[in-house]
Parts: sequence; C-alpha cells; structure tokens
Amino acid sequence: MSSALRRQAWVIGLAILLAALFVFTRIIQPDYGADGFGSLVRAALPFVFAVAGQTVVVIAGGIDLSIASMMALTSVTAATLMDGASEPFGIVAVAAVLLLGFLLGAVNGILVVVSRVPDIVVTLAMLFVWQGAALLVRDSPGGAASEWLKELVVGNLAVPGIPTGITDWVPKALILIVVCLAVVWIPLRRSRLGLSIYAIGSSSLAAFRSGVNVSRTKIVAYAFAGLFAAMGGLVLTMSTGQGAPIPGPYLLASVAAVVLGGVALTGGKGGLLGPVIAVFVLRLVRSDLTFLAVDPNVTTIVEGAIMVVVVMLGALLAMRNRQP
Amino acid sequence: MTDVTQRSPAPGLGRRIRRVFSDRPVIPLLILLAILMVVLEILRPGIVNERWIANTVKFAIPLAILAACQTVTMLTGGIDLSVGTVATLGAFVVSTQGMDAGLGWALLLSLAPALLIGIANGIGVGIFRVHPLIMTLGTSLIGVGFLQVYQRTVIATGTKVPDVLAWIGTGLTGGIPNSLIVFVPVAAFILFMLGRSGFGRLLYAVGDNERAARLSGVIYWKVILALYILSGILAWIAGLIYVGLIKAPSLSLVEPRVLPAVAAAVIGGTSIFGGRGGYLGTIVGAVILTVLATLLTVLQMPEGARQMLFGLIVLAVTAAYIRITADS
Repeated sequence: MSSALRRQAWVIGLAILLAALFVFTRIIQPDYGADGFGSLVRAALPFVFAVAGQTVVVIAGGIDLSIASMMALTSVTAATLMDGASEPFGIVAVAAVLLLGFLLGAVNGILVVVSRVPDIVVTLAMLFVWQGAALLVRDSPGGAASEWLKELVVGNLAVPGIPTGITDWVPKALILIVVCLAVVWIPLRRSRLGLSIYAIGSSSLAAFRSGVNVSRTKIVAYAFAGLFAAMGGLVLTMSTGQGAPIPGPYLLASVAAVVLGGVALTGGKGGLLGPVIAVFVLRLVRSDLTFLAVDPNVTTIVEGAIMVVVVMLGALLAMRNRQP
Repeated sequence: MTDVTQRSPAPGLGRRIRRVFSDRPVIPLLILLAILMVVLEILRPGIVNERWIANTVKFAIPLAILAACQTVTMLTGGIDLSVGTVATLGAFVVSTQGMDAGLGWALLLSLAPALLIGIANGIGVGIFRVHPLIMTLGTSLIGVGFLQVYQRTVIATGTKVPDVLAWIGTGLTGGIPNSLIVFVPVAAFILFMLGRSGFGRLLYAVGDNERAARLSGVIYWKVILALYILSGILAWIAGLIYVGLIKAPSLSLVEPRVLPAVAAAVIGGTSIFGGRGGYLGTIVGAVILTVLATLLTVLQMPEGARQMLFGLIVLAVTAAYIRITADS
C-alpha cells in the first residue's frame, strides 16, 4: 500500500512540477500559449515513443540501448517505402514498418534469451547492427512521407461544434501520442502478459516458480519496445518528411526520462505515465532556457544537472524510506 | 594440467579444453586474435608486417586504456559512460591551453575536469547509490555542456596539439610505438592493482557480494569514490593519447570509442555484473576490436555492413565466451 502510494506520489509530484513549469513559462514569456504548447508537443513526439519503448523493457528488468538505432532504421525504411508511392500505399507502409519494429525488438529479445549474455551487452551490440542496417537502407537522409501522415502531426484538432478556444490547445500530435500509447499500453497493462512483464522484472526466479514463461515474456517485452521504437521512427519521418540513417539523441534521453519518471532500473516498478510526463518536463525546461536567452549549450549542462540531482534525490528518498 | 587429469580419470578432450579456457580466459582470445590475423593475411597478403603491427598497437592502446575504466568499474558491478567526455575534455583543454600557459600547467588544468567528474560519479554512485549507468550519463551530459560552452570561448584562439603528445601518440622509435611508454606503466599498474593490491581485492569483493563485503568491514563509499576518480584519471590519459594520435581536437574525439571500449572489456571476459574478470583479457579484447576494424575496412564493405558485422561479431564472441567459461 505505502509503496503503491509512493509510486503514485512520484508521478503526482512530476505532474505538479510540470504544471509549475508551465506557470513559470507563462511568467517569463507572457505570450506563451497554444502555439507554444503545440510546438512543445511536436518536439516531444519522438522522445515520448523512445521513452515508452525503454519503459517496457526496463520494467521487464532489462535495458535497450538499441532503441535510437531501431528508430533510425524504421524511419529510413518508412521514408524509403513511401518515396514516390501513392497516398493509400502509406497505410501499407505504416503497417509494414510497425511490424518491422516489432520484429526488430523480438530479435533483440530472442538474442538476450538465447545467448545468455546480459541485456546491456546484447543491445549494445544490436545498436551497431540496427544502425548499420539503417545505413544500408539509405546512406543519406532522404525519402518521403505520405501527405496524410504529415497532416497527422501538424496543427490542431478541429471538431465542429467545439469552440476553437479549446481546440487550439489540443494539437493533433497530442492526440497521436495519447491514442498510440493507450492502444498499446492499456490492454497490455491489464492483461496477464503485462502482469508477467512486471513479475519477471521484479524477480525472474519468483516469476518462473509461479509458472510464468520468463523467456517468452522477455522476448515480448523487447518486441513491444521495438513496436514503440517503430512508432518513434514513423513520427520522425512524419514530422521531417524524410528518413535519416543516423540515430538521434533518443537513447540517453529515454534512459533519463525513464529514471526521472519513477521507473526503477532494477525492474518491476513504475508505469508509463511518469516517464511520459518526465519527457515533457525535460523538453519544457529546454524551451524555458531558450526563452530566458540562455546560451543553448548551457541548456545541456542544466539538463544533465537536473537529471543528476533528481536521481540523487530519488535515491535519497528511497533510502530514507527503507531505513526506519 | 596433470593435476586435473588425476582428479578425473578420463575427461573428454572437450572438457579438458574447457577447463584450460576457463582457468586461462586469455587463451581463447589469443586464438581468436590469431585467427583474425590469418584471415587478414589471406585477404590481403603481406599486410601483416611490422608497420601494420605498430599501427594496430598505436590505435589499440588508447582503446585499451578507455576499456580499463570499464574493466575496473564493471568489476564492482558498475560502468563508466562518462569516460568519452572526460577524455575529450582533457584533450581539448590541453590543446587550447598548451600554447600560452606552458605544457605542465595545461596538463594540470586538463586534469581538473577529469577529477571533478570522477568525484561527482563516485559521490553519486557510492553515497547516494544512484545507478552507475545513470550517474555517469548525467555527469557526461554536464561535461558535454561545459565542453560546448568552452569551445565557443576559445574558438578564436584556435587549438594546437602539444608536440610531446603528438610524439607519444603517433611517433615510432625503432618501429615501436612511443605510446607504449605510457601504456606499459599504466597496464602494469592496473594489473598489479587488481591482482596484488588490497584495493583490487576490495573491488572484486564489492562486486561479488556487496553485502558480504560491507559486513566484513569494507567502507563501500570510499572504495567506490576512489574507483571512479581512478577511472576519470585513466580516461584523461586516454584522451591525451587520442589527441596526440588524431591531432585534431574536436567535440566528438573520443565519444564514438566509448561503446567499443565497453565491448573490449566485455569480450575480454569481465562480467558486467561484477566480481569476475581482469585487465589482461581487456587488453587482448581491445587489440581484437582494432584488428577487426582493419579487417572490415579491408573487406571494402559499405559502412553500414561494417557496423552490422562489428555488432554481430561482438555479440557472437561474448556469447561463445560465456558458454565456454560458464559451466566448469
């Protein structure tokens, strides 16, 4: 009970932090409004999917260092498939890329299970493999995205009957995030499989003894990370209109946001909401620093410092709670 | 060996080989290295000569030092991903301050960020018990930020790699790379530390069973703090050699070598969970990765295929290694 409360407390605390940051943003930049919020969400898009994938694997007690490479590979694949293709073919391409991501993740998981090599080493090796594969698909940025896909992330939701005052605050990108994450995460979390993922992360021996197929669950967890990475890759293609074979800065950011989001790196604890809020916190800090006209390079220092301080604070709280 | 045969009267050849391999993990690695060199020689006859060997050693040395950081931290169940930033910081400061401040002063100045980051890592991991991966990533981010800011302020003055470092990094004396002058003492120190010193035993103890180590009176945070400071200093040395070798200080000087350094330690048989491994294997691992890079270049594959093969081979070697040494 108390641990459940503490877990929720962390997410609630993050949400309050985010709200406070919004207020702060409004103070330093009085005309920050719907437009600013829209661009914040669009900037956060790929990070959200990267962190979602990382979260699933970390909860299962692993870690996926190849997440940014998988995003690059799926992004170039999507851009290459849609290059010069008709608009309806875009749907086929999206489906194919999502399947590809799922398979890439499954390969990671199978290798972890079969090779008996620690997760961090396997996915480190696969980082090179997927990155190399992305370079083979396309050795320079290029390709194209279907128009309707690009429309998905641009602008705000327009529903007739609702005043634009409200819809202005609902960028399409936000809807995309909520729908994609909810469609995958909620059924997963509620299913037996989701429970097994938490179980193997918390103690794979205990899970095994209670009849959980540890190997299969682990493979599935990695496969879902691949699926989220594919969504991240698609989002990259959508918002830039092309695919780039060089992985972006999503690996470090995903690990950071997972930890900030209250997911224990030892596995078995946490949810998806915390890490997603953490992504927004990190992005908003970045734009705040820009508004304050801070040297963009100093922003990196501040980001790193926030990460270190918050993580130390979390560790300290955990120690306090353990001691009495 | 006779000893072993006496205990179990008729062990199969496979079992005996296994036993030798798990007692002396460096042997299978040396065999792999030999195989790679033979393959290289077949693909491009005449390439394996004195010059090639000197060149390979030259590139393997800084990698092996970076991998030393990973080896010592991995022994305690940690990892140090800030080494790339520490090494780059050291290299950058030395090559910007070396001109007007004098070499000694520049070296001292460039050691400062390495020590600071090492201390921060040690405090975070040892006292606050932050996961080493996260802690070192965080300090690495902070370091990169400072590096970028610093780069902007010195952009006008330009950079110059001190001659001594260039001599150490690239020079040959009678066909032998000068960087061995630095590497041999460093390697001897690490081997001695891990194998013979009390501190080395503490590292193994902490990594093998932290609770037991604590109960027997090991002061955990002191060990970890000293360890990460040592790792920072080693990374600084690697950075100085890299800048002498590549002669063009840039922000991405060492960063791309961090993951290969982790791979070198892992291939070398150090367990990422702590308590098992040693530096000798890591050195061979670093040489193997360097030879492998040459091999993939000689094959003239596209960059993508080269990276894929690199990843797959690292994975295959590690998996095979774990199989060979695990059950015996």
